[in-house]
Amino acid sequence: MINFQYLRTTAVKTALNLIVKDPKAVFIAGGTNLIDLMKRGVATPEKLIDINHLPLKDIELVNNVLQVGALTSNTALAEHITVKQQFPLLMLALQSGASAQLRNVATVGGNMMQRTRCGYFYDITMPCNKREPGSGCGAINGYNRMHAIFGTSESCIAVHPSDMCVALVALGAQVVILGHKGERKINFSDFHRLPGTTPETDNNLRKGELITKIQIPINGFNQNYHYLKVRDRSSYAFALVSVAAALIIKNGLISDARLAMGGVAHKPWRLTSSEDFLKGKAGTTANFEAAAQLAMKDAKSFGENDFKLKLAPNAIVEALTIAKSKS
Amino acid sequence: MEKLLLTDETSMNQVFTEKDGYNHVSFLDAIDENDRVDGVAKVTGKAKYFAEYQLPGLTYGVLVTSTITKGKIVDIDTKAAKNAPGVLDVLSHMNKPAVAGYEQEGGSPMKIFYTDQIFYNGQPIALVVANTFERATYAASLVKVSYHKEAFNTDFKSSIKDEKVKKLQGQPPYKRGMEDAYKTAEVKVEQVYTMPVETHNPMELHGIIADWRTNDQVTVYAKTQGVKATQNTIANVFKIPVENIQVNSEFVGGGFGMALRTWPLEIATIMASKQLKKPVKLVITRDQMFTMVGNRPAAYQKIGLGATKEGKITGITHIAFGQSATYENFTEGVVNMTKFMYDSENVNTNYYVIPLDMGVPIWMRGPGEATGAFALESAIDEMAHALNMDPLDFRIKNDPEKDLAQNRPFSSKYIKEAYRLGAEQIGWKNRKMIPGSLIDGSWQVGYGVSIGVFNASRGRASVKGILKADGTLVLQSATSDIGPGTGTGMTLIASRLLNIPVDKIVFELGDSSLPPAPSQGGSATLSTVGSAVNDVCVSLKSTIAELAANSNMDAHAHFTEVLKKNNLPMIEVTKQSQANAEAKNYSMYSFSIHFVQVKVHQLTGVVKVSKVVSVGDSGKIVSPKTARSQMVGGAVGGIGMALMEEALLDNRYGRYINNNFADYHVPVHADVPEIDVIFIDKADPIINPMGAKGMGEIALIGFAGAVANAVFNATGKRIRSLPITPDKILQA
Repeated sequence: MINFQYLRTTAVKTALNLIVKDPKAVFIAGGTNLIDLMKRGVATPEKLIDINHLPLKDIELVNNVLQVGALTSNTALAEHITVKQQFPLLMLALQSGASAQLRNVATVGGNMMQRTRCGYFYDITMPCNKREPGSGCGAINGYNRMHAIFGTSESCIAVHPSDMCVALVALGAQVVILGHKGERKINFSDFHRLPGTTPETDNNLRKGELITKIQIPINGFNQNYHYLKVRDRSSYAFALVSVAAALIIKNGLISDARLAMGGVAHKPWRLTSSEDFLKGKAGTTANFEAAAQLAMKDAKSFGENDFKLKLAPNAIVEALTIAKSKS
Repeated sequence: MEKLLLTDETSMNQVFTEKDGYNHVSFLDAIDENDRVDGVAKVTGKAKYFAEYQLPGLTYGVLVTSTITKGKIVDIDTKAAKNAPGVLDVLSHMNKPAVAGYEQEGGSPMKIFYTDQIFYNGQPIALVVANTFERATYAASLVKVSYHKEAFNTDFKSSIKDEKVKKLQGQPPYKRGMEDAYKTAEVKVEQVYTMPVETHNPMELHGIIADWRTNDQVTVYAKTQGVKATQNTIANVFKIPVENIQVNSEFVGGGFGMALRTWPLEIATIMASKQLKKPVKLVITRDQMFTMVGNRPAAYQKIGLGATKEGKITGITHIAFGQSATYENFTEGVVNMTKFMYDSENVNTNYYVIPLDMGVPIWMRGPGEATGAFALESAIDEMAHALNMDPLDFRIKNDPEKDLAQNRPFSSKYIKEAYRLGAEQIGWKNRKMIPGSLIDGSWQVGYGVSIGVFNASRGRASVKGILKADGTLVLQSATSDIGPGTGTGMTLIASRLLNIPVDKIVFELGDSSLPPAPSQGGSATLSTVGSAVNDVCVSLKSTIAELAANSNMDAHAHFTEVLKKNNLPMIEVTKQSQANAEAKNYSMYSFSIHFVQVKVHQLTGVVKVSKVVSVGDSGKIVSPKTARSQMVGGAVGGIGMALMEEALLDNRYGRYINNNFADYHVPVHADVPEIDVIFIDKADPIINPMGAKGMGEIALIGFAGAVANAVFNATGKRIRSLPITPDKILQA
């Protein structure tokens, strides 16, 4: 860890002014990931701008869209009455992440901004294109059991570790971003990016911008849903594979479906072709299996994570089966 | 107030006893004399661990570690580090501080700061000392090291079959009857079982506070399983008299074997204190816990098992390979239990270690046997399946009446009874003979059993007892408590013998100035130190009786009255105790039988241990509550060993990649089901006056085998490589 300056502000505008003029400054919210990165020498910010006291913790329902302040804690979001009633899928995803203690301090914005847990990324003596562009990828021919099977590139096969983001991408959320030029809005599915040749960039947030809000439209996916997280132990473990599944079933047929996966890509992985396939079909095991097979198109494994080619479709079928059986 | 408390306790007791399965140790037991004597201190933060001692002028050390795996240090540039704020010094081999024992030739090549050689990645090579921990941490990041790299080998798996890689004999080959008799048996099993490197990783990080004062007087606050061993090591390395060295280690936040030796990092801290003439504290980081305080070695084991069609074992072959280091060797009893556990005329074993460019391993809970039992007990289960026999019946049928390896009787052994009790408790009758045939929704359900065994020993220890006229008893011994509840057990022994309430007894330990006792390891403390406590109490009792007779008092007069009548504020006695000669005629072992029920998810391969019954056959139980805790802790460790623990080292770099608690998995609460503990609780007539045998190791030994066997019973998939993770189930 290097010496750093610590600043705190209660005004959004001040926070933006501070970050924009200082290339070595970063925001700190819950710090549950950033502090680890600093301890390991992976992140070396010279200035921390503490945004925990910015007024971005409100959750309110406006015109059937839930507006979630970016500094809402993971716990507060999971326990919010509207989330429980309208977005139980999100609640399950949040509760399956990290540990109770971490969820109490981790924020919604910070959860989106957390970095991969790839072991090569965390050890500054090993090659990692994400940490040190051009140094190579330690995982591609190394321990890649936790790594991606979709959207990989030769330079990076890391996964985004979040559970919350998997549910948010399935629910069609939007991200509200504030910069010194004003506010912009992007689809949650466009927030994170694939590694390509620039794996050092995790997402499309620009330098000097701040996530202020997440917006989730009420959409009726609160009856038949499930978040399945397959992991090496029952709690406090990252997903080998996770699946967010939600169905709207009318007259015995699936009228709408949402499916997304975690632990399989550099970003939360929405399975739109599987969703489209399920629409208008009955919720049978055969249809679920076919949807799962569609999802696996273009999957590619790297040795240690070969099992994900089997686990991922199985997990999709299991999540859909549980979602369906909830009614 | 007292009355109110009693009511609360009574109602809680009802809550607990009503719950199925908690009948063996009810909550009522937990509030009586069986309480841990230091339990309140531990849960209220009053118990002081080594790192919590705040000495005046304390300084802080942070280690710089090698980033190459093998070679030589060319240079260590400490300019920037030394100029950083608050830095007092940077120690390394470049400025090696005088250490008399290291000046001599010979000994371990890993003399810290006395060599430019790199033996493994993560080796401590410099110590930065500053006036705060943060400053030392920062300065350590400024130390620049240049190396001359050499080719290295950390690849245990491929070294086994690589003839160019040196193998050392870890133990003399053993043969009884015919070699490899299994090969010609009517039914045979021949399989390979592997397990990865496991790390001890107790919650408390390792380290030491060293305070070297004038006249070569040294006080250390250590995390050690043996204050006398630490004292002796320091005396040997620094060539100062033992009396000059005071080692304090009253509370230890878990050891599991890793604190059974004084590590180079501790010597480095003492060096720094001597050099700087200031107290220095070093607490290593979690990632350093993977590289410089030992590990359970990776293992590769071949088992050949032969039996008649009727299920009588005719031959066992057990060939094991373990991981070791190039700069020091480490061996353990991986093949020991194979020699005597089953009734087979023909047994042969061999055990090799492979020196690799890795940190040297050290004993970890159930050392050797936990590794060996996984292989042997898996193979036994495979044979039962091949014979279409219930594995319980197969085990009982081949349970020997005596120790065939030593050709002598067991001092006590009740494992047939243990099998019966455990089977009843877990509901073994619900087990299906055909694997994969018991289904519960999306889950397959299976049952497994395994035996654990560990040498029950008794060493030599001294205890001093001070019986006071105020009705209290102080017992002192330089033993340790890494968690099992040493003080509690000793207090209970004394309380029963002298009929003194436990709250009037204090047992002092973890202080090298007390009467000597061995290190806490190998499940021997209760047997060894407890015997000395026994002898002290017997002696005190007879002294009191004598005094009473001499002063014409009633033979049953209370000792406080006797002491007062004799104008004695106290009487004291020190006794040394050791094993009796008769012990040599017997094989003394503690046994455990672990029964588990597992559920395996059919689509995801996730394994949940859903029920555990561990039966301990370890003589008379002295302290029921802490004994039960030992067994529960062993089962939790066993779940970790079976399902998740694996330190992953990238052989291209020689570095661990999951060296933190997020990625190196140990069980969380949600992984741990109801654990039922049953004790046979029958005194061993030979080992010691209490009839008690150790149980720290048997709590874990065999557990992973029981899980693997249950997974097979649930799914028909035999996983011979620990840990049993979902990917292995899916790909089997």
